[in-house]
Amino acid sequence: MAVFAFFAAQSPVFRSPQGVANWLDPAATLGIMAVAVALLMIGGEFDLSAGVLTGTTGLILVTLATRYGLDVWTAMLVGLAVALAVGFANGLIVTRTRLPSFIVTLGTFLMLQGVNLGVTKALTGTVQVSGLRRAAGYEGARALLAGTVEIGGTPFRVAILWWLLVTAVATWVLMRSRAGNWIFAVGGDEQAARAVGVPAARTKIALFMTTAFAAWLVGSILALRYTSVQANIGIGQEFIYIIAAVIGGCLLTGGYGSAIGASVGAVIFGMADKGIVFLGWDADWFKFFLGAMLLLATLANRLVRRYAEEVKH
Amino acid sequence: MIIETRGIGKTFGSVLALREVSMGVAAGEVTCVLGDNGAGKSTLIKILSGVHRHDAGTFLVDGREVRLGSPREALDRGIATVYQDLAMIPLMSVWRNFFLGSEPRRGLAFDVARARRTAREELLAMGIDIRDVDQPVGTLSGGERQSVAIARAVHFGARVLILDEPTSALGVKQAGVVLRYIARARDRGLGVVFITHNPHHAYPVGDRFLLLNRGTSLGEYAKADITREELTALMAGGAELEELEHELRRE
Repeated sequence: MAVFAFFAAQSPVFRSPQGVANWLDPAATLGIMAVAVALLMIGGEFDLSAGVLTGTTGLILVTLATRYGLDVWTAMLVGLAVALAVGFANGLIVTRTRLPSFIVTLGTFLMLQGVNLGVTKALTGTVQVSGLRRAAGYEGARALLAGTVEIGGTPFRVAILWWLLVTAVATWVLMRSRAGNWIFAVGGDEQAARAVGVPAARTKIALFMTTAFAAWLVGSILALRYTSVQANIGIGQEFIYIIAAVIGGCLLTGGYGSAIGASVGAVIFGMADKGIVFLGWDADWFKFFLGAMLLLATLANRLVRRYAEEVKH
Repeated sequence: MIIETRGIGKTFGSVLALREVSMGVAAGEVTCVLGDNGAGKSTLIKILSGVHRHDAGTFLVDGREVRLGSPREALDRGIATVYQDLAMIPLMSVWRNFFLGSEPRRGLAFDVARARRTAREELLAMGIDIRDVDQPVGTLSGGERQSVAIARAVHFGARVLILDEPTSALGVKQAGVVLRYIARARDRGLGVVFITHNPHHAYPVGDRFLLLNRGTSLGEYAKADITREELTALMAGGAELEELEHELRRE
């Protein structure tokens, strides 16, 4: 709220409907990922491969649709299958070996990064694939995932609706389903959760697959929007997702956080990202702002944990 | 007797952990198992709770001989164990912890309203006054956590409650709180096996006392047959303590 008030007071464009549509757009694609990553972090794990996976799924979609004659829908399904397989592999390795997910997914991150570049170069000789517009089924898929809807005469990206849907579903799962209880439990204390019969491994694998699903959704949205995909897209984004989740109240140590919080984190990110541009400031300041927000959020989180873990006599 | 052992024994490799121990727990009674560290208390409760299998003697549940293969099997027969490290998640609320792993459902959803209400009612029925079931378990005192764990076991159909040193990590006042809930569980008709090394905690609440020393039984006594002083002396290994006192005396 404070962030909105600050930018709104400084810039009339920022508070106009067009302005709102403008900064909600980056918030939406980031938000979808941040919510999924928040669930995973509440479950006590990280996924560093999530950012690159958005690139992988986008590349699969565009490559299959432009070079192998598949229609857009089938190409998207293949992308989904690959994404879920990557998520499953991440989850399986982490739960079987008990290695830190930070290391495991760092491995998948690097592998996917290599595959993205290597395969794209081998197929096209360049570092991007493009031409999705000519593929069969493009218009329908674009309307569903990358179109716009008019609200009060202002065009809003349809991705915003997907983001709201993802946030709503994630919140329901966390607060109102058995799986939600298990997610908090495996992140809070996996041993204890196991002792009372929570299927910890299954819960974690499902979380990794959820993150992969979100990466597929965002990858497809971006590919359909720009009709071309750079082979290096998504690199570095994985930390932005984690930052948004932490600003939204997730503990790095797991067991605490919310989907709505992660979405708010994404909104703050979107506002700051576009707000600085609206104000005509140097965009370099954005990183400073992000860092300050992260630090403040972490300090606030620490208070939460202290309060909750303090034993009263 | 709900559960009864007759001359039960257990060896681990060549180590004799438990030999010829006979004890019983009846509904609405508290059987205290007393002994020093390494006396065989934990081996005994692990047999009762289905973690280990005995390899001598007989183990009866409701008068029929059984051989429990897993804690799950023990639970299915109504034998619930509350361990010292309670299997609760500090950051989660009391009611979420209460139903963790056995959440009530309505359709696809976790019936949150019912879980919250039931947790509050069950705790009240045990006389546990938790100010707010929404608070994280981490904010509860050690005694309150034990109490919540006991209430949880009662709610999920325990007929016999095995409590592993529930008072040992607590101060005097907190231990009193837990003892009161043990009495409350007993009054509700549960059989309680209360493991402790403190005779002052055991005597006020116990109906019968099993004393263990180095894996063997020093006897099972009804409350009428033993005084607090005798119990304390037996527990401390009487003669050994006198010897120690003699040894430590100033020259």
